[in-house]
Amino acid sequence: MSAQTFEATANGETPLFYEVEEHHHPEGSSTMLGFWMYLMSDCLIFAILFACYAVLGHSYGGGEGPKQLFELPLVALNTAMLLFSSLTYGFAMLTMERPGASVRAVQGWLIVTGLFGLAFLCIELYEFSNLIHEGAGPWRSAFLSSFFTLVGTHGLHVTVGLIWLVTLVAQIGMHGLGQANRRRLMCLSMFWHFLDVIWIGVFTIVYLMGVLG
Amino acid sequence: MSADTLHNSAHGHDHHDHEHAHGEAPHGSLRGYMIGFILSVILTAIPFALVMTGKLDATTTAVIVLSMAAIQVVVHMVFFLHMTTTAEGGWSFLALLFTVIVIVITLSGSIWVMYHMNANMMPATPAAIAESMSQQ
Repeated sequence: MSAQTFEATANGETPLFYEVEEHHHPEGSSTMLGFWMYLMSDCLIFAILFACYAVLGHSYGGGEGPKQLFELPLVALNTAMLLFSSLTYGFAMLTMERPGASVRAVQGWLIVTGLFGLAFLCIELYEFSNLIHEGAGPWRSAFLSSFFTLVGTHGLHVTVGLIWLVTLVAQIGMHGLGQANRRRLMCLSMFWHFLDVIWIGVFTIVYLMGVLG
Repeated sequence: MSADTLHNSAHGHDHHDHEHAHGEAPHGSLRGYMIGFILSVILTAIPFALVMTGKLDATTTAVIVLSMAAIQVVVHMVFFLHMTTTAEGGWSFLALLFTVIVIVITLSGSIWVMYHMNANMMPATPAAIAESMSQQ
């Protein structure tokens, strides 16, 4: 029971007390808070990219601006894809939390989420390739450099999220919905919803405010 | 295999309840996700519609678009990320608060300083010189 012990040295120095057992922390009890800290620091990266865009976003270098370049119907479709994927990821989490949840059902919702995410990425890449074909690549003006950096960084996050999602679909297929896998699914859930929050900033500041003038 | 999975998940559930008592992040319900989703759809559709149709003047539209985005961020935080002031013993909310403060300083500082740099230190163009001559 006693977690404490002491050593008394032969020459009569003060005995040294120390704890043998560490405090009991259940495995992974601090993972969610740690992951939240990561998300907050990621938030700061995006804040700086938004600040760059806010400063450089009106330097067109004599080229075309947001009004000529952006197609809002495409952006609206993209926004819908990401919002649907957030909802279906929510369904995956609800299915997981049900007692006696089936692995297949969780995998199903994750795959639907992944498909929406993939659709988002494809639309974004289509938009980027269109812009580059029109001669409005990231090298054209400071506005386009900051646009591609900001939106591209978000797209990169979605790509990493998709890889993570595919990995977890395989992993819960192999090892079931154990405690560790539940924790991983909850982390990805936070990551996925966080990307949707960043996208609100992107479509508002970059696209809507850009087209507004 | 299936019995093992069942046991696993049943155990996981017990443990999960145990963690709940220790202030683990609360989880969503179907109702919560649906409310969040419907609010998000409304808060997305209105700004897009306003900008695409151009019904209102630019300033009013900008104010509505920006405030709806701010509301939608809160909606996502509450209904999708299950953010509360008590989750994780309040530490995650404290981290969020700190992040928001840093973001506000970064954004407003950058925009303010760089706007003044742009306005006051631009190399003189012929148009700017002509303008300053006419003011004298």
